[in-house]
Amino acid sequence: MKPYVRPMPATWWLRRGPYFRFMMREFTSVFVAAYLVLFLVMIHRLYQGQAAYESFLESLKSPLAILFHVVALAFALFHTITWFNLTPKALTFRIGEERLPPVAIIAPNYLAWIVISAMIGWFVLKG
Amino acid sequence: MANSSPTETIRLEVFRYSPEKDEAPRFQTYEVPFRKDWVVLDALNYVKDQSDGTLSFRWSCRMGVCGSCGMMVNGIPKLSCAAFLRDYYPNPIRVEPLANFPVLRDLVFQLDSFIEKLKSVQPWIVRKEEKPVSEGEYLQTPAEHARYKDFGMCINCMLCYAACPVIGLEPNFLGPAAIALAQRYNFDSRDQGRSQRQEVVASHEGIWQCTLVGECSAVCPKHVDPAGAIQQAKVTSTMDWFQEVLWPWGTKR
Repeated sequence: MKPYVRPMPATWWLRRGPYFRFMMREFTSVFVAAYLVLFLVMIHRLYQGQAAYESFLESLKSPLAILFHVVALAFALFHTITWFNLTPKALTFRIGEERLPPVAIIAPNYLAWIVISAMIGWFVLKG
Repeated sequence: MANSSPTETIRLEVFRYSPEKDEAPRFQTYEVPFRKDWVVLDALNYVKDQSDGTLSFRWSCRMGVCGSCGMMVNGIPKLSCAAFLRDYYPNPIRVEPLANFPVLRDLVFQLDSFIEKLKSVQPWIVRKEEKPVSEGEYLQTPAEHARYKDFGMCINCMLCYAACPVIGLEPNFLGPAAIALAQRYNFDSRDQGRSQRQEVVASHEGIWQCTLVGECSAVCPKHVDPAGAIQQAKVTSTMDWFQEVLWPWGTKR
């Protein structure tokens, strides 16, 4: 007997929609991390003084920087929404025999997102 | 047949592999009558009975209970007794053995690795001490039963292993069904074996291999949701870790 082991091609994630969407969800972390690096650079420039900070802000006006921000925002939204929608997998609450419906676990995530975003927006814009 | 004329046929492209003759697998094409009430398993049985008796495949109950007839149908793990020809007609149907398992012959694959993984999680009620029969049965409320019922629906069909790319890339991964069944007993009010199972479930080959692709739950014919079982085990294992760090003298689990 020599069982045949089928090789797994490196392109396995291109074969089916769900696998591709999974890889995209994982790929979003690259953009989330890249934006974080940019943010750290911004803080460093701020530390260096007003001139350094303003020249950094000027460099963000280049078409390439704007394109990066648009793409990073799209990936960050995809990241947030896919993970929010997966929270009922990890969190379950039961009332007697009944399991709390998934939407009851997803909805508070969105609510917290909106409330925290509004608070940060208010804090930034009022100043 | 009244529901369709006998001239209508559908093409099956079946994965063939003979360990005596073949170095590599090949695909063989069969034309079988198309009937609206036929499933892929009916078509394979037609081939076996009418045209090619050498075709090998596993099956038993034909009603989605035994979990024997899992196959890749057009690249998606399915119970072949529940995959209707009418959902594919007039396109051809490609039938392969469940992915991520070594192939023994045609559609028959080697399931030893799965059986070993299943045994390793002790999928039975573990008691520290059995109470004598004279004290009666272990009672359970409907709410306690509901806690694990869904995970207990598993029929060991292995579709989730075929759907899981982590199994394909890391064959030692404990896998969806074994972890779901570990959770089925962990959540059972009569069971006291969680810390024993935890040595396997929370090991390097266990839950932490899972990257939450989620396809195990999508293909499960019994709606077991192994992906949920694994994520919930990750949460409780993380809580265990915090408890050990913040409360090391309290060993009670």
